[in-house]
Order: sequence, then structure tokens, then C-alpha cells
Amino acid sequence: MGSNQSVGIVEPKTAVLGDLRLDNGSVLSPTVVAYETYGTLSPNKDNAILICHALSGDAHAAGFHSDSEKRPGWWDEYIGPGKAFDTDQYFIISSNVIGGCKGSSGPMSINPVSGKPYGSSFPFVSIKDMVAAQKLLVESFGIQRLLCVAGGSMGGMQALQWSISYPDALENCIILASSAEHSAMQIAFNEVGRQAILSDPNWNNGLYEDNATPRKGLALARMMGHITYLSDHKMREKFGRKPPIGNLLNSDFAVGSYLIYQGESFVDRFDANSYIYVTKALDHFSLGKGQELTKALSPAHCRFLVVSYSSDWLYPPSQSREIVKSLEASDKRVFYVELTTNEGHDSFLLPNQRQEDVIRGFLKMPVNE
Amino acid sequence: MIDSKILSSTTLRERPDFAYILDTISPGSRVLDLGCGNGDLLYLLKQKGIRGQGIEKDEDAIVECIRKGVYVHHGDIDEGLSHHEDKRFDYVILNQTIQETRHPGDIIKECLRIAKRVIIVFPNFGYWEVRFRILFQGKTPVTDLLPYRWFNTPNLHFLSVLDFQEFCDIRGFTVEDRAFFTDLKQVKFSPNFFAKLALFQIR
Repeated sequence: MGSNQSVGIVEPKTAVLGDLRLDNGSVLSPTVVAYETYGTLSPNKDNAILICHALSGDAHAAGFHSDSEKRPGWWDEYIGPGKAFDTDQYFIISSNVIGGCKGSSGPMSINPVSGKPYGSSFPFVSIKDMVAAQKLLVESFGIQRLLCVAGGSMGGMQALQWSISYPDALENCIILASSAEHSAMQIAFNEVGRQAILSDPNWNNGLYEDNATPRKGLALARMMGHITYLSDHKMREKFGRKPPIGNLLNSDFAVGSYLIYQGESFVDRFDANSYIYVTKALDHFSLGKGQELTKALSPAHCRFLVVSYSSDWLYPPSQSREIVKSLEASDKRVFYVELTTNEGHDSFLLPNQRQEDVIRGFLKMPVNE
Repeated sequence: MIDSKILSSTTLRERPDFAYILDTISPGSRVLDLGCGNGDLLYLLKQKGIRGQGIEKDEDAIVECIRKGVYVHHGDIDEGLSHHEDKRFDYVILNQTIQETRHPGDIIKECLRIAKRVIIVFPNFGYWEVRFRILFQGKTPVTDLLPYRWFNTPNLHFLSVLDFQEFCDIRGFTVEDRAFFTDLKQVKFSPNFFAKLALFQIR
């Protein structure tokens, strides 16, 4: 990788924005969005890049919140001085999604009427709504036009939606390991996750209290999800058929105890209702296929970089090609590369010199070419 | 950063076919380069104000194209170009690609659907050196334009100038222009014997 430098200590922030009419007709008032920024906004406000996170991510994409934090933000490999998203050149905004549980408006927000969290009475939020909230955030900086919107997986869907919701508001769009709509298989995995939550004795129709949350159900949902983020190769390499060390009551195999650990650590940082809201937003996102997709993408006029990963079986390269072909069919400017990786869907998060090279090359290209 | 002047002068001196193509295509045209490699030709075309895009299957070459700012699609042209509308491009270029494709006839037909004209460049198997190697060595020829041994070549087809002319006649393709090259210059006399590289422009 180009640089080991970090953006250093960063401060999580929250923007309280105006009303937002959601896709389902409800109005979010006010709209709260958690975000972080890295780098400096240029006087002309023309160097801003919006980073969109994946399903269980948040606004903490780079740097550290404190000296004691052990792990940096989720995309620290790619955001920082001299990195692909070079904070010496660009002003990076990483925004949390509405419907989530990391500080933005979502099921954990307090309903002013009841004085309690909305829980499952929070309105349905779509990918388009998430993007609309990000647009309010971007406008709050006085930014008319983003240099780029970038994201992987669900973040890629947001980036794609940006290109058609606000075609004049972005120059470039980076879509990694993503899709224009979920396949039945992807919906199936999410459905099993949701059913695990719904079947938890603490579920209480989503109106659970702080001291009795559907932990087991959410942990199971995460375990299910986590399997789909890895590859067969990665799991063989990491676990083989090894029995676990000191966890015999829970699981017979190392992969099992790993998943249990992943599930249990997830419930401490994520909310079951948000998991349902956000996976439903993913499943409902649909720009169609073939000519329908071409039509859906027709308003876009930014430049696109689409990247897929050979070992990603959750969002396989064929789904990226579907996006690319639809863009090419309507004469959009698009770069497409399928990177050879062994890491499965998580590849886009991991260090990869080629990924860095293509992002850097893409961003460097003069805007009008 | 890529120094465009260095790239242009060295590449063009070594690649008379590139020079010929650059001369043929006028600024403002839309070009699709199938098997565009590391994007050198597309980069030169771009300098001339020609809007190009490429398809390439080699990952390193793709990364190189993106670094050059050359629009490129990572994929296999054998898998089809069906998403492109009729006559979307002014030119499709197949520069030393056609001999590596599984179904050249189908691909050329598809190229003629999506482009007004198709430029095909291929190593001439009728070149005297190739003939002499077969005749005197009795072995599959290895030359600078056909640099592979029989067991590691990506080339699925071997064709000469006469073969391609015959193919165009059979398929009813109109040959609009032809040019032939040795290392650094054009060949006019008896090209099937003296040309290393052949260029056909058809529609």
C-alpha cells in the first residue's frame, strides 16, 4: 500500500438536518445523520468525496476516536494521507445511514410522542431515503457537487442511487462488490437472519427494552451474514476442520466458535431492529435488469468505476457486469475491473494494491474526459 | 504520470499500424477496441480527441488502462457484445485479437452490427519468414509477431492475407481499405509474402 499514515484522531459528529419525506410517505423530522470528515474542504468546495458504508458499518471509516482505540475505522486502508482517497487532496465525508443504529435517525431514536425509542414503529427506510439524508448532509457543508461518491456492497447501492437521484451532484461514482438488486439468494440469506431475530423470545414485536434485547436472534443473524462475507478458500485457510480451543460447550469446530464470537460481539454494537430495517432496505432496492436497468440508470451522467471480486459469491461479478452493461448500453462513461481475490465479499475492505491503483487512477482523471 | 509525448513517439515509431489507424479515424469518432491490451492505442486516440473504450481480459492490462484514464471493460469478447446498440460506434478495432477468439466470424458479424466500420489487424501467416520456418525447420514457426510455442500460444487461428480476403468474399463483407506492414513501414508489393502485419477495414 502507498502509505501507512493515518488521519489520526477523528471526532464523530452528528448533523441535525431538515425534514425528509421518505419513500413510504412518512416524514422524518428532524433528520439526524452521524458522520465524520477527513481532510480539508477546498475554498471552491470542489474536492469532496462521500463514502457510503455497508450493512453493519458506520460513519467511522478512518483514523481513531481515541489513543486507546485499537482498530481504526473500517476503510483506514484506503483513506488517509497519500492513500487512494488521499486526505491531503480530498475532503472525505463518511456518513452513517438513516435506519441504522450508529447515531443517525433510526429505530433507536426517541419518539417525541412517547418519549421512548421508536423501535419497530420507525418508518420503513429505503436506500433512496438513505441517500436523500446524505444529500441533506452534503448540502449542509454548502457543497453543490461532490467529486465522488464511493461505497462497497450496500454502500455501492447508495453510490449507484446517488448517480440517478442527484445526477448533477456528483462527478464520479465508485461501486465495489455491489448489485443493482438482490437476487433470491441474497434475499434468502437476509430472510433467515430476520427470522432468527423474530424468533427470539425477547423480540416482543420489536418493542423490546434495553435490558432484554433479542441478543440470540441478532447474533444468529450475524453468524449467517458472516458466512456469506467469506469465501470457501478463506474458511479452509483460516479454520480447516480444526476443533476449537476451549469452547467445547458451544461448538465442535473452530469455524463454529469463530462465528459465535462474531455473533456475540456484534450484538454489543448493533440493534436488532436496525438489522431488520437495513436488510429490508437492501432487499427492496431494485433498479431492475437489462433494459429496465438501463432505463433506471439513464438520468446518470457521472463517470463510473465498477469493481467486482472473483471470489465474491454473495455479490458475484455477474451482478457488477449487469450494472456495467446497462451503463454502457446507454453510453455512460464506465471503467470495469474484476479483481482476482481469495477473500470473498469482504475483499473490498482489505488491502489490495490493484484496488488502490484503480481508485487512485480513476480519481486522478480530469473531470471532463 | 504518463508522458504523452514519449508514449506517442516511441509507440508510433514501433507501431506503423497504430499510426495508420490514428490517421484513418477522425476526431470526434466513437471507437471500441476489442482486446485493447494496456490501452496504448486508446490513449493515443484519446489524445486526438477520439472517444474510445476497450475490452480486455488481462487484469494487469486493465489496471494499466485505468491508470492511463482509458475507459475499459474487464471481460471476454467471446462472451458477446450484445448490450451495445446497432451502429453505436464509428469503428470497432480488433488489433491482433481476432486470431485469439473462439468464433472470429461471429465476432466480426457482431462488430459490424455495433459499428459502422471494423478495423482488423492480424499477424500474416503467409509472411515469407513463417513459410521458410515451416519449410526448412519443419516446425511450428515462432516469430516476433507469433512469439509463442505450439503449447503456450493464445492464438487459436492462423491466417494469411489471402485467407482473410477469401473470408470477406465468402461472408460478403465489403473491404474498404487494406494496409500492410513490416517492422517499421508499409508494404505495397506482394503483401501476402512480404507483410508481417495486415490491416483490413471492412463494413
